[in-house]
Amino acid sequence: MIPLSWYMALAAILFCIGVCGFLTRRNVIVMFLSIELMLNGVNLNLVALSHFLESLRGQAFTFFIITVAAAEAAIGLGIAISLYRSRRTVHVDTINQLKG
Amino acid sequence: MFTQIFFGYCALMIISSGILAISLRNPVHCVLMVLVLFFHMAGLYLTLNAEFLAAVQIIVYAGAILVLYLFVLFLVSLREELNLDAFVPSAWLGRIIAVGLAGGLLFVIPSFILGEKGVWSMSAIKELTHTKALGQEMYSTYLLPFEIAGLILLIALIGGLVLARREANIPLEPEAPEESQTCGHPNRKEVSL
Repeated sequence: MIPLSWYMALAAILFCIGVCGFLTRRNVIVMFLSIELMLNGVNLNLVALSHFLESLRGQAFTFFIITVAAAEAAIGLGIAISLYRSRRTVHVDTINQLKG
Repeated sequence: MFTQIFFGYCALMIISSGILAISLRNPVHCVLMVLVLFFHMAGLYLTLNAEFLAAVQIIVYAGAILVLYLFVLFLVSLREELNLDAFVPSAWLGRIIAVGLAGGLLFVIPSFILGEKGVWSMSAIKELTHTKALGQEMYSTYLLPFEIAGLILLIALIGGLVLARREANIPLEPEAPEESQTCGHPNRKEVSL
């Protein structure tokens, strides 16, 4: 039987890896991936606690977190695509203006 | 004994692939490392007797969300990356913050005390199977949050459609508004094509 503290330590380490990636990387998509890592750390904590507390509350919460993560990925990546489009058009505009 | 070795293997793979995922240069490699991490996370859910969540982790996270990330990565050209300003002035400050947070969290974990136990003991879940138990809980106690989750998915669907559509229909605009903008942006139409 694995003690609860092992799971909690692993979840804390995973969360901090996500924080480190979010603070140090500058690529938008890798920053979203770091947020997913943080959410997974929280999910692991919730599932472990729900197993050791003999309750299904944590697992139901994990279910909703997965839903919100899917919605967040869809909206965030849509924003990333529109950001990329606007930046590309701005880029091409300046090139045209330089050409005269 | 076997469970502990399995936990050790999963923990090692999760930590190493997580560190690789935030440190590799190529974003496609980052996404693939996160895929490895999600599979091992599903393995950990299996050690916690949460089979349904392990399946959901693989189907939804690895199958849907990461494929969405890969699509966007290939849609956005890799040479011209989307960069934002970092939140902290230097990368080393961010690493120090993360390590300090990890140290603080690991320091307070031993003083954690479990609360009262609930009604779903392991034998009760095994008797009913995990999927059925979670479904009963989800459709009775958490019915309202379940409906709200559906609403969130609907809003995300509409939001994704609106965000992806706005720029795409500029080339399809009729000629009349294009002429009124001609003085300002002579090459507007070619640009958007």
